[in-house]
Amino acid sequence: MNAAVDNPALLVVVFAIAAVLFALVPLGLARFWSSKFSPLKPGPDKNATYECGVESKGDAWVQFKSEYYLSAIVFLIFDVETIFLLPFAVAFAGLPAGAFVAMMIFLVLLVEGLIWAWKKGALTWK
Amino acid sequence: MDEGLRSELSKQGVFTTTLEEIYNWGRKNSIWPLSFGLACCAIEMMATTMARYDLARFGAEIFRPSPRQADLMIVAGTVTKKMAPQVVRLFNQMPEPKYVIAMGACAISGGPFKQGYNVLKGIDRYIPVDVHIPGCPPRPEALIHAFMTLQKKIDEQKLTGNGRPRHVDPDAPSEFPVPQFGEHDLVPPKNPDVWKPPTLNRYA
Repeated sequence: MNAAVDNPALLVVVFAIAAVLFALVPLGLARFWSSKFSPLKPGPDKNATYECGVESKGDAWVQFKSEYYLSAIVFLIFDVETIFLLPFAVAFAGLPAGAFVAMMIFLVLLVEGLIWAWKKGALTWK
Repeated sequence: MDEGLRSELSKQGVFTTTLEEIYNWGRKNSIWPLSFGLACCAIEMMATTMARYDLARFGAEIFRPSPRQADLMIVAGTVTKKMAPQVVRLFNQMPEPKYVIAMGACAISGGPFKQGYNVLKGIDRYIPVDVHIPGCPPRPEALIHAFMTLQKKIDEQKLTGNGRPRHVDPDAPSEFPVPQFGEHDLVPPKNPDVWKPPTLNRYA
């Protein structure tokens, strides 16, 4: 009792030992039982990785076409452009000239990008 | 320990047991079936686990979706020849000790589809069946009766000596050959080590 009071960590140590034994003793008993009574019988089916009636066929390394990323990027850019175009269209009548010019530059840059992608053949599916 | 001494001790309030008895008692009261239904018998199997029939009373309510955790395979329904290799493979993947209940007319013999070209005439041609239940489909009471029969069988199994069950016998096989799809039929059409139908001598 005095030892526990003197050193509070002692309780933690006792708990830790009990926890480890609680986990290991049943495992050890099961191991002892299997070595004494029930022989190990491994086999190709029992050791198979995939637990199913049907054996897996083919390779998990399926390849996707890498050209898809170009279409995805072009879509993303014009998707974002639409988000900007909608408030631009709503506030169009009340816009000052500077804002109109800035928006036109933005649109021209994107259209130029679209023409470039078109000429590079990014819009035709190979 | 002989029975006389044992009953004398129990009269004095001393209860004795053996390792074998306590092992079998634990096993028979925690049979985990594989959740594996093939046809309409599976509906009765589901009903058996539900509140009205309550298979949990027998400690067998935990249907495992993985063969690695299951003790019992209930072959509930018609086994087509297309499905038979998968059934055998799933049975092979179950750890010992493992048991099989063939539930319903189809699983024990092919049933109403026995004349069909695509139906296996009983799963006991490929895997060792412990309890056969007739019926089309068997009622949940019949499945419960099969469970109790299996529990009785497990309770009587010996750990050592001659006639001990497969899982404690190092020479007994744990995996059974999986049939392949042949040109006209499954190859082989039956496993002669497993399938030993009773022979009827008509001229005796």
